[in-house]
This record gives sequence, C-alpha cells and structure tokens, in this order.
Amino acid sequence: MSREKRRAQRGTIAIVGAAESDVVGKQPEKSALMLHAEGARNALADAGLSVRDVEAVLSTGRQTANDIPEYLGIRPRYMDNTQMGGCSFIAHLEHALGLINAGVAEVVLITHGESGRSRIGMEGTGFAPESPAGQYEMPFGIGGPATRYALAAARHMHEYGTTREQLAEVAVATRKWACLNPRAAMREPITVADVLQSRQVSWPFNLLDCCLVTDGGGALVVTSAERAADCQQQPVWVLGTGEATCHAIISQMPRFHVWDAAIRSGERAFEMSGARHADIDLAMFYDAFTIVPILALEALGFCGLGEGGPFVAGQRTAPGGAFPMNTNGGGLSYTHSGMYGMYLLVEAVKQLRGECGERQVKGAKTAICHGTGGILSAAATAILSTER
Amino acid sequence: MPEDYKAPLPRPTPESRPFWDGCKQHELRLQRCRDCGEAYFYPRNVCPGCLSANVEWFRASGHGKVHTFSVVYAGGRNPPLELPFVLAVIELDEGVRVMSNLVGVPADPEQIRCDMPVVVEFADVTEQVTLPRFRPA
Repeated sequence: MSREKRRAQRGTIAIVGAAESDVVGKQPEKSALMLHAEGARNALADAGLSVRDVEAVLSTGRQTANDIPEYLGIRPRYMDNTQMGGCSFIAHLEHALGLINAGVAEVVLITHGESGRSRIGMEGTGFAPESPAGQYEMPFGIGGPATRYALAAARHMHEYGTTREQLAEVAVATRKWACLNPRAAMREPITVADVLQSRQVSWPFNLLDCCLVTDGGGALVVTSAERAADCQQQPVWVLGTGEATCHAIISQMPRFHVWDAAIRSGERAFEMSGARHADIDLAMFYDAFTIVPILALEALGFCGLGEGGPFVAGQRTAPGGAFPMNTNGGGLSYTHSGMYGMYLLVEAVKQLRGECGERQVKGAKTAICHGTGGILSAAATAILSTER
Repeated sequence: MPEDYKAPLPRPTPESRPFWDGCKQHELRLQRCRDCGEAYFYPRNVCPGCLSANVEWFRASGHGKVHTFSVVYAGGRNPPLELPFVLAVIELDEGVRVMSNLVGVPADPEQIRCDMPVVVEFADVTEQVTLPRFRPA
C-alpha cells in the first residue's frame, strides 16, 4: 500500500469507548469469559452504544472467533481472532482501521479477558511437545517468560553496557505511578536497592524486574469519524498504527539487543500519523520485564540504540519526570493478566480524556501505545490523539 | 542415565526426526539449502532463506559461542538441571543459533561471558531422548 494511502487514513477512526473489568487483580470468582463480558459491557456503556450496534468483534485469548460473539449475544458480520501475544489488541486497532475504512463494519468491539492468576477457563495453555517451542526450547528449562526475556536483557547489557541499576530504574519509576493509582496492585514505594535485593528469578532479572500475574479484562469501542461525532465521549483519534513480527521462539530472534519488530511497527505508526517524537505527551510501553520499555524507547526512536539505559536513569519516566511512561503503574505494578496490551490502550484513552485524577498527565493530547507479543516476537504500535 | 527424568521432552515430528536421531547418536545435525547455500535451524522442509524444498542434512562441527544466556534461579516445575542452571543461546560456527544449557561452568553470571567459545556434548536423559548441551571449549 502506498504511503499516501496510509497517511490518508490518519484520524479516520476513533476510540469512543474504553473500559476495564470492574476489578483487576486476583478474581478467583470469575472466568476469562466473564472478564471479557465485563470489559465489553463497561466499554459499550462508556461509549453510550448498545450491544446491537456492534458489527465486528475483534478478540483473542483461549477462545475462537466464534466464542466471544456467542457469549455476548452478538452476531457480527466480521470476526478477527488474531493472536500475536500481549500486543494483539493494539494490532486489532490497525485491523479495525482497515475494516471501518473498507466499509465492512462501522462499530467495532475489541475485547480482552484473562484469568491469568486464578486460571479459570484457561485450559489449553502451554506449548505442545511437538511444536517448535516444545522441541527446541522447552527441554532446556525455559519455564515462564522471564528466562527468555532475560536472554535479550543479557545481550543488551553485553552490547551496550546497560546496567541492572538502569533496569531497576524502570521498576522504581513505574511503582511511583502505581502509588497514584487506587486500582494498582502494588502501592508501596520501592528503591533501586529494593529491586537489586529482591529474590533472584532469572539473571539479570530479580522479582521486581518482573510483571505481576493477575486476572482482568477490558474492551474498546472503535468507530468511524462520522459515527464518532454522534457519540457521548470525546473521541480519541487513531493517528497511526503498525504491527510486525520478527520471530516466534526467542532462540530465533534476529538480534537479541535490538527489537526489530518494534522498529518496523513504530516506523509505520509514526509515518502514518505524521506525528513527531516531540509531539508525544505520554508513552504507554508494555513492561512485562524491565528491559522491554528500554528496548521500545530505542526501537521507536525516542533515543538511539543502546541509549535506553541512560535514558531511563534519574527517574526520567516517573511522575514529575520529563517523559511520563506507564502512568497506570504498568504491568510491573498495576496489573498484568498475561496479554497486557488492552490496559495500555485503556489508560491512554483515559489520560487523553483527562480522567486520571492524581496521576493525570496535565494537558496530554497525544499518546503512543506499544506492546510486545510472544517473547519480543511481535510488536504493535498505535499513536492516539485528542486532535485529528 | 537419570532414573526419573521429569523435565519437558521434545516429541519429534517428521521434519525434526533426523535431528533427534542424530542427537541420539551423539551427532549434531543441521540442514542446508542446496539452492541458496544457507545453513539453518530449526529443522524445516523448506529453506527459511528462499523457501526452496531442495534441502539436505549435514553434520555440524559442534563448535560455537554463547550468544546470550541467563542463570535460572526459579525455572518453573521440573527444570532439566538442578537450580540454578544456565540457559543459553549458542551461535554455532555454521551461523545458526540453538537454545541449550551451558554445563561445566558454575551457574554464576560473573563466570560466563557472551561470545565465549563452547563445544557440544550430549546428555542421554531418557531411553528415547538425548539432548545437546554445551560446555566451554
């Protein structure tokens, strides 16, 4: 597709409803599907639209494309079950852009629900022993994601001299934002020393370098510019989107110290949006582990390759810092159900509408949301703004 | 051979069978494309460089370097080695990368360096399965 055609789609769709499940955190009384439904109900109420207005359902998780519409009582004309990991919901925004502009559907519902901690309705997770991960990685003790993200962190430290203290700065700054969010799971301030003294998990990560594991859900309602004009909420415009993949299993990552998928998704989003880096008031960067926002800052061009460690030093991303990042408290301290990308988008929408109370970034007009899928396998980026 | 090895085991598929059979014979096998010359891992029926199906197996040197690693202190249920152990991605001399475990060195990040030379060894973990591991060369 030509650049002109992409650029012409800047600001042609808007997020007009955004919400999370009633509660995020530990919810052993709720299944994954219940969390999808809570998010969908709350987002449609936020938009002032009815379930009967929904023409397309984009969702993913353990479910097929048929499951969510059935559970919610929707008979959509288009379903999308794209599963690329935690950033899938950001990619769904790009898919919604295509759908709406092609005239396939005008009101699109994107949902997420995951019982990541309580594991209710989550059967079938894990790698089959005959899959590539099952044959070539599982036998060597990869366990959870921490060991595999650690492989990228270790090479980044080797190539660029990034330090564990710089990684810890991310956890400390993110916790400061969580302290301002009444819904956050972790609200006790921490120091760099606390991170370095927390339990060892998988070098170079200690416990406080790792995200939480929680239950939660959320949803977005997305529509055309014409329809957005009639909705009750101030539209949050989608200026640019991008998605990319560079590997599936971490051992095949092309460059462990450079997030190639993020470079590609970010370039596409920035180019479509016409935005400059200086226009960005808020960064919502998926923080499954402390290395991930550092890789994102570099790949998206907020600093040079290898400069992410120094960039986050001195609490630059904390409340009051020059670069507000992960203002909900992040996957590190707010919530992380497993596929965290939805929460990046909901927080960005709420910040751009000025609804964030104590943690509100004053005058925030333009935000960037960027996520990882798999083990830095995929990336998706969206640039959102109050202005078209 | 360990009595009751509980860590996850690979289940070979048609395209990977020669690799796992090779490990059992303590031979590290890779594939190469006869059209574009690219050596590659993991086993596939097509070359990931050019999608040619004209591919062949060959015996790898077994030498390489630690490309990156982690010292795993909490690795989930049934780790393959006693905790802590070293998870590593090895860049083989043939230019491909494989995940493995680094053995014969303390599981201490101070004692391991990216790019340190290593050589393959084989661990017969069950009657059926042999895993490639690497030790300092």
